[in-house]
Amino acid sequence: MLEIKNLHVKLEDEDKQILKGVDLTVESGKVHAIMGPNGSGKSTLSYVLSGKDGYEVTEGTAALEGEEILEMEAEERAAAGLFLAFQYPVEIPGVGNMTFLRTAVNAQRKARGEEEMTSAEFLKVIRAKAKDLKIDADMLKRPVNVGFSGGEKKRNEILQMAMLEPKMCILDETDSGLDVDAMKLVADGVNALRDAGRSFLVITHYQRLLDHIKPDVVHIMANGRIIKTGGPELALEVETQGYAHLLEEA
Amino acid sequence: MAVAQVKTDATEARIAALTLPAGGWSDAARQDALARVRQMGLPGSRDEYWKYTKPQSLVSAEPLPAALFDGEEEDMFGARDRLKIVFVDGVFDAEASDDLSLEGVSIARLADVADIHWAKDIYGVLETNGQDPVERPLAALNTAFASDGVLIHVTGKPSKPINLIYSHASETSDVMLHHVIKVDADAEVTILENGPAAARFNKVMEVDIADTGALHHVRTQGRDHERRAATHTFARLGKESTFKSFTLTANGVMTRNECVIELTGDDAVAHVAGACMGDGDFHHDDTVFITHDAVNCESRQVFKKVLRNGATGVFQGKILVKPDAQKTDGYQISQSLLLDDDSQFLAKPELEIYADDVACSHGSTSGAIDEDGLFYLRARGVPRGIAEDLLTIAFIAEAVQEIEDEDLQEEINGRVAGWLARRRG
Ligand SMILES: Nc1ncnc2c1ncn2[C@@H]1O[C@H](COP(=O)(O)OP(=O)(O)O)[C@@H](O)[C@H]1O
Ligand SMILES: [Mg+2]
Repeated sequence: MLEIKNLHVKLEDEDKQILKGVDLTVESGKVHAIMGPNGSGKSTLSYVLSGKDGYEVTEGTAALEGEEILEMEAEERAAAGLFLAFQYPVEIPGVGNMTFLRTAVNAQRKARGEEEMTSAEFLKVIRAKAKDLKIDADMLKRPVNVGFSGGEKKRNEILQMAMLEPKMCILDETDSGLDVDAMKLVADGVNALRDAGRSFLVITHYQRLLDHIKPDVVHIMANGRIIKTGGPELALEVETQGYAHLLEEA
Repeated sequence: MAVAQVKTDATEARIAALTLPAGGWSDAARQDALARVRQMGLPGSRDEYWKYTKPQSLVSAEPLPAALFDGEEEDMFGARDRLKIVFVDGVFDAEASDDLSLEGVSIARLADVADIHWAKDIYGVLETNGQDPVERPLAALNTAFASDGVLIHVTGKPSKPINLIYSHASETSDVMLHHVIKVDADAEVTILENGPAAARFNKVMEVDIADTGALHHVRTQGRDHERRAATHTFARLGKESTFKSFTLTANGVMTRNECVIELTGDDAVAHVAGACMGDGDFHHDDTVFITHDAVNCESRQVFKKVLRNGATGVFQGKILVKPDAQKTDGYQISQSLLLDDDSQFLAKPELEIYADDVACSHGSTSGAIDEDGLFYLRARGVPRGIAEDLLTIAFIAEAVQEIEDEDLQEEINGRVAGWLARRRG
């Protein structure tokens, strides 16, 4: 599904190397987790994959279902099936949440040569999905993320994911700032989307989330590289012992 | 203060190019206005109030020619039931207009001269009041020379809005229209205005709202690229009355919209808002002066300007709170969205407060499209152009939302979306 090879990334405006050779392959239908200390480059990886400006790829490649994505526009990557649940969802005053989502869904459909969704269809689908995530009608009408609590913002990300039905979902610290109930809601939302044709890359600090979203593979990222890869037990090891011993090993 | 010779010369040259219409009941007001114009002189580039907007093209003896819009000027408010009053280059077009009778309102033409008319108590009177403390000579010129206009007396709640439509047919038309609107107690009306009007358009609208009356005003200024306009709205508000005005300006090389409001009765509400879309050789000036002279009144000024390709936006807005105007709630915001580095926004927000128990806030900002918002939309699959348009429409939303009628809000947004889409090619 997603194949990253030897990815080196620096900041465009500064002489600062952030990713220093990331290799990572996520197979179709699998859930991979990335854990790692603050500042190790996890968000940068997710931004670079989704096409944010300000970064320069100096070496390496990334392919989604065999297709190189690093030269694509952000919107093309989205239409190709890539989705990033933001660590810090952006507030957009003046744009209604519903308008935003409908524009996005139909833009992707159009880009893929599919038929656009009518308002009625869209309303029906979004209402059902919003209900599962305990997102009320008022939140759908309000401007995107404006005045949302931390938990509401994260649930809104999952709603977007559910509506857009991407193939490759990257979740950047979706659990941060969530209480136990909200985390369960989010995890249920993610689990409901798990299927053989969809993969997840779950970035998190804590084992907690991985109790609910069971990963197939766990990677440890430090200082711009994947320093260790293992099974779910690796997350437990981090939980009890921290990163220090892993950093020393590397 | 003596008026400089160059100014006197320019003023006399302008006056010489005009003829005083036979005014009947308005004759005295016209003579008075003419004398005031001579005394003040027309605006010159050294006038403080014209620091950011060059007045020459608005005061010259002859107008600069303006090519007609090369497409169909759409019937902006055509989707709704309304009473249409059409002017072509400032000349009333009876054929294109509806019958002027409508329950709750009586409508007459300024050009239908009679010896006596209710409008006599307002015509030129609010304009004269509005000359202090800042002179507005173009408005006085209009009072003297306006060739036509409508006199609307609102006595009830007419079932539909009154739509003033200004067509532009000649490349050299130079037009002055003057409207008077009197709203009685408990009466309520919506006035819609649209169209470019003329190569050069000078319009005055005097609005007198009695206690508990309400007037809603929504205007779009037409698609002609080269037209020039100086408009003045003078409003006087009685107790518990409401005045809400919104203007969309897309295109036109030169626009100066002045709005002068006096809140004279307690608990009155005045909102003035505007959104303008400027591209290239475009200069747009909103000049607003709101005087609070009663207790517990609310005023809002909300102006948003989208500028690209070297366009210029100006905002001069003032809230004056007189000593007895306690519990005043005044809000003023002017913001520009600069779509490139060539465009500029000049703002002069002012507060002058003589009462102690007031809440007034004002702010002015200039900025580019929010990159984080743009990326967020694109990451969801919205193409860059569409994402930029969405953010642009979001930027003007606060102004558009000042319109009470949501259908009208949609129509305005649709018009803006069209403007943006055409520029994306
Ligand atoms: N736009 C940026 N400007 C400056 N420094 C950045 C920028 N983006 C990332 N960094 C730096 O790159 C490193 C990795 O950051 P990030 O990818 O956010 O890490 P993580 O998500 O793992 O905490 C940090 O040192 C961070 O300060
Ligand atoms: Mg991060």
